[in-house]
Amino acid sequence: MINVTPTQDTYDARLQPPQAQPPAVVPLTAASVIVVILTAVTSFYALAWLYAYMYPQPAGAFTKAVFVVLWLATWLPLLPTVQALRSARKSRNALQDNGIVIARHHAALGRESALTSLGYSVAIVVLALLVAFVSTNDGAIARTFLRPEFIAQAWSDVLRAFWVNVQVAIGAEVLVLVLGLVIAIMRMLPGRAGRPLRFLAVLYTDVFRAIPGIIVLYLVGFGLSLAEVPFFKDLPPIVLAIFALTLTYSAYVAEVYRAGLDSIHRSQWAAARSLGLSYPQALRTVIIPQAVRRVIPPLLNDFIGLQKDTALIGVMGVIDAFTQSRLVGSAVFNLSPVTVVAIVFVLITIPQSRFVDRMIEKDQARQRSGSN
Amino acid sequence: MSYLQIRDLHKSYGSVQILKGISLEVARHEVVCLIGASGSGKSTLLRCINALETIESGEILVDGDQVTGLGVNLNVLRRNVGIVFQSYNLFPHMTVLKNITLAPTMIGGISKDAAEQRAIELLDKIGLRQKAGSYPDALSGGQQQRVAIVRAMAMDPQVLLLDEITAALDPELVGDVLEMIRELAVGGLTMLLATHEMGFAREVASQVCFLHQGKILERGTAEELFENPQEERTQQFLKRVVTAGRL
Ligand SMILES: Nc1ncnc2c1ncn2[C@@H]1O[C@H](COP(=O)(O)OP(=O)(O)OP(=O)(O)O)[C@@H](O)[C@H]1O
Ligand SMILES: [Mg+2]
Repeated sequence: MINVTPTQDTYDARLQPPQAQPPAVVPLTAASVIVVILTAVTSFYALAWLYAYMYPQPAGAFTKAVFVVLWLATWLPLLPTVQALRSARKSRNALQDNGIVIARHHAALGRESALTSLGYSVAIVVLALLVAFVSTNDGAIARTFLRPEFIAQAWSDVLRAFWVNVQVAIGAEVLVLVLGLVIAIMRMLPGRAGRPLRFLAVLYTDVFRAIPGIIVLYLVGFGLSLAEVPFFKDLPPIVLAIFALTLTYSAYVAEVYRAGLDSIHRSQWAAARSLGLSYPQALRTVIIPQAVRRVIPPLLNDFIGLQKDTALIGVMGVIDAFTQSRLVGSAVFNLSPVTVVAIVFVLITIPQSRFVDRMIEKDQARQRSGSN
Repeated sequence: MSYLQIRDLHKSYGSVQILKGISLEVARHEVVCLIGASGSGKSTLLRCINALETIESGEILVDGDQVTGLGVNLNVLRRNVGIVFQSYNLFPHMTVLKNITLAPTMIGGISKDAAEQRAIELLDKIGLRQKAGSYPDALSGGQQQRVAIVRAMAMDPQVLLLDEITAALDPELVGDVLEMIRELAVGGLTMLLATHEMGFAREVASQVCFLHQGKILERGTAEELFENPQEERTQQFLKRVVTAGRL
């Protein structure tokens, strides 16, 4: 039996019970109604400008109807506020019947409804401002960046040139995966024998992370043929572009790999070595497979960066999508063709991000479920 | 002659001396238990024997052959001397079966089929055959530790080093693991184990060593050490263990 001797009694210092009153609903609801009204006003101007830009001549009745319906839709966030007021009334009634718990419950629901209304209103305002920005000044922005006829005209040329970007990106990515890993492993070679190689690896990453990618492209693109370097001077510029991007991005990816290799718990090394595996065997079968899994997301980030940097290869005289779009754009004195390139980059990047998300989920699910 | 001989072993981390002259012999079919307070150097000693740590001075002999110093084939040493740690033993990216067959196929020169058959047999013995295709994350801690022991046994080691392999387990999982070690002991496997399970040490050990601040302060049969400890430090340690309810 343990003897209890209270040394200190904290009951007097306890927190006071939480406020018994239900939280206020009406002020929040009022605020959300005001925001809804402001939203509708903003949307009205945005839609009016858009209409003026799109239809210099009066449009048909159907089009007008669409615009009216769109504007009416911006009033939709009013519905949750109605719900909020209803909850507020229920809360008040419950309070009169002494049902404090029920009153708090309804008050909380009411506030949630009012906040929902606010959330949607804010989103609509953001969209409306965007529309207003694009169509303001009689659609100056839209006419500069989004002219449908120029987009249609540039589309096929730009897409064909984009194939160059794709080739360069894929070629560089494959090489980067290999070179980055080699450098990362060089950097963690053990012992005195490994020191010179470790030093080289550090030097490499330091140097190529420091030099802007566009400068490497320029130097490799023109320098190698200018200096008449054997073999390299005869390579097509697209291959040189792949080499240049590989040089730059291997430095980043080596660091990513290194972080992954370092993140594997020391005891995994111990476990592998204690089974009799040699250093390279442990590295290859135990450490690298676990590290690679962990670095896939940051690796893909670097790859997306690399893909975007293929837009720089124009400096070495390769006609890529961006260069092509500028050619078309300067011919028609409009930036819409360049917008096409931007859209294409967005379109190829988003699926990659989703793909990696799914891969990570699958990997985790597999390791959780424990059967293959 | 003893299978494992340790003579005047010294080990430091930086300027801190951890092992200050350990001498110990383990004969074939003998089970030696290392006990001692946390930080006394039990894990360090076991890691030195497996050459996972380099030592300052002293000798370690396995089967009469000195395994310290340069030029020793550590991969051969480690095939004869298996080790299981407290935790993080299994490779999380491999199934149980792959964990067990990796070393035998890779360095033991055994065919994949033969290694898998052997692994299944070993798993069968501990009732984990149906877990062969699972990943370690899907196993309980106790199951993981038993698989780790099976993995070490798949290399047919001459001596097995066990480092507090039940310390990270919930009490109800400890029993299964200890039962497995007990069977290995009965089967005649030479073992050197660091443990906080005094009751178990008492039951299986032919020799118990009490480590204190990097030295073996007292050694003897389980009976001698637990019933009639000579050193004051040993008495204090055992008293603390009894108070904690672990004896
Ligand atoms: N890698 C390391 N670097 C520096 N000091 C270390 C390292 N590993 C262990 N030590 C120190 O060595 C001493 C002995 O540690 P060891 O792990 O051998 O103790 P132990 O007897 O196994 O303890 P426990 O029962 O808690 O496992 C401790 O003081 C510890 O702090
Ligand atoms: Mg320990």
